[in-house]
Amino acid sequence: MHVSVSEETAEQQPAAHQVSAFLERRREQIAQRWADAALFRTVFTVSRDEAVEAGRAVAAALAAVAASGRLEDIRAAGFEAVRDQLGRMAASRARTGTDPDGVAREVAALREPATELLRAEFDDPNGREALECVVALTALMGTLRLVVMETTVSAGEEVIARQREQLHEVATPVIKLWESTVAVPLIGTLDSARSQVVMESLLDAIVAERARFAILDITGVPTVDSLVAQHLMKTVAAARLMGAECIVSGIRPAIAQTIVHLGIDLGSVLTRASLADALAYALSRQGVEIAPLRTADPAADAGVR
Amino acid sequence: MTASRHAAPATLPIGSDADLAWVRQQVRQAAAELGFGLVQQTKLVTAASELARNTLVHGGGGHVVLTPLHTGQAQGLRLSFVDSGPGIRDLEQAMTDGYTSGGGLGLGLSGSKRLVQEFEVDSTPGGGTTVTVTAWATIVPPTRPGL
Repeated sequence: MHVSVSEETAEQQPAAHQVSAFLERRREQIAQRWADAALFRTVFTVSRDEAVEAGRAVAAALAAVAASGRLEDIRAAGFEAVRDQLGRMAASRARTGTDPDGVAREVAALREPATELLRAEFDDPNGREALECVVALTALMGTLRLVVMETTVSAGEEVIARQREQLHEVATPVIKLWESTVAVPLIGTLDSARSQVVMESLLDAIVAERARFAILDITGVPTVDSLVAQHLMKTVAAARLMGAECIVSGIRPAIAQTIVHLGIDLGSVLTRASLADALAYALSRQGVEIAPLRTADPAADAGVR
Repeated sequence: MTASRHAAPATLPIGSDADLAWVRQQVRQAAAELGFGLVQQTKLVTAASELARNTLVHGGGGHVVLTPLHTGQAQGLRLSFVDSGPGIRDLEQAMTDGYTSGGGLGLGLSGSKRLVQEFEVDSTPGGGTTVTVTAWATIVPPTRPGL
């Protein structure tokens, strides 16, 4: 694959160098033409100078790529200088509702003004030399289009990866509810990776808070299958080894029926219907009782005022 | 309740943990659209989760076909989990509560069977496995003959 590419570029080498020289020489004119093209015009709406400046940078990058002879290589070093900028431009077009197809078409539209200028450089615009240079420039502009599309795709993948990381972190807070009582409200899918994070942060919290009671609330877990149940039981067993009593709360009626039919034996796990029930249990085990304030108490009245 | 609106079968890939979450969501949505109650939905989604994980862990990945069924008044959903893995050597053993070859609780197959109305395993050693389950959105269990 690599061999054929280098052979191809070697063949086009003289044309590639001519195109490189042309892009350097006519950079200003090309940038001026591109500033009026849809892609630059719609991204740089505030000032035309910005569009021209961006056009200059792209033309310079293309000249560098052509000089290296790697016309069809989207990894060519010359593109690095403008990769971020192209990504931002594509993202800006995407935000205004242009689909990838439209962005690709707008990048393709940059080719026409450039090839026009290139043809004008030759005494015989239809001569062999001119045609070879146009072919080389066309290949280069095609590669530019691929570079733009690639930055768009990788930007999307980056966002997805970052959001996945954020979900791992955000979704597992350990909350101190009372002296020596901690709780983890579990939300979403409890896969192996998540349950590992949950177990670690819960065990850390048990040490840090000197907790004797740990509540795992699964109100926000939509599906409890045998793997989720196994993760819960392991977490409960680990907490027990640390000297904390673990209570699983938030078991909804549909989940309870499903667990029974599935045949999971949660008999070894202390469960409660709601987080409030679990907290009440933990408090009563510690000898704490919550009673309504006596309104007749003059001290409480004074406190309010 | 329009009889003409027959949704076409949908095929979802099962190749990663992320696919499992997608399968669960799609099964829940399809069941809800067919009028399954919350308990029925939860049971079917749980069974789908177990069987899809089997496809992934034991079958080395595969796909699931969701087929909405409309028979007279009854609305149902059929799920076919297909893999081309090593197959199940001893089906009777695999269907036993607590038997596992993958370090789990050993409730995937047997538990799923209890969560749906119809359950069928088609497996040949070396030739892959297809598990087909069907659930109906009926609240009343079928009346027993006799008495």
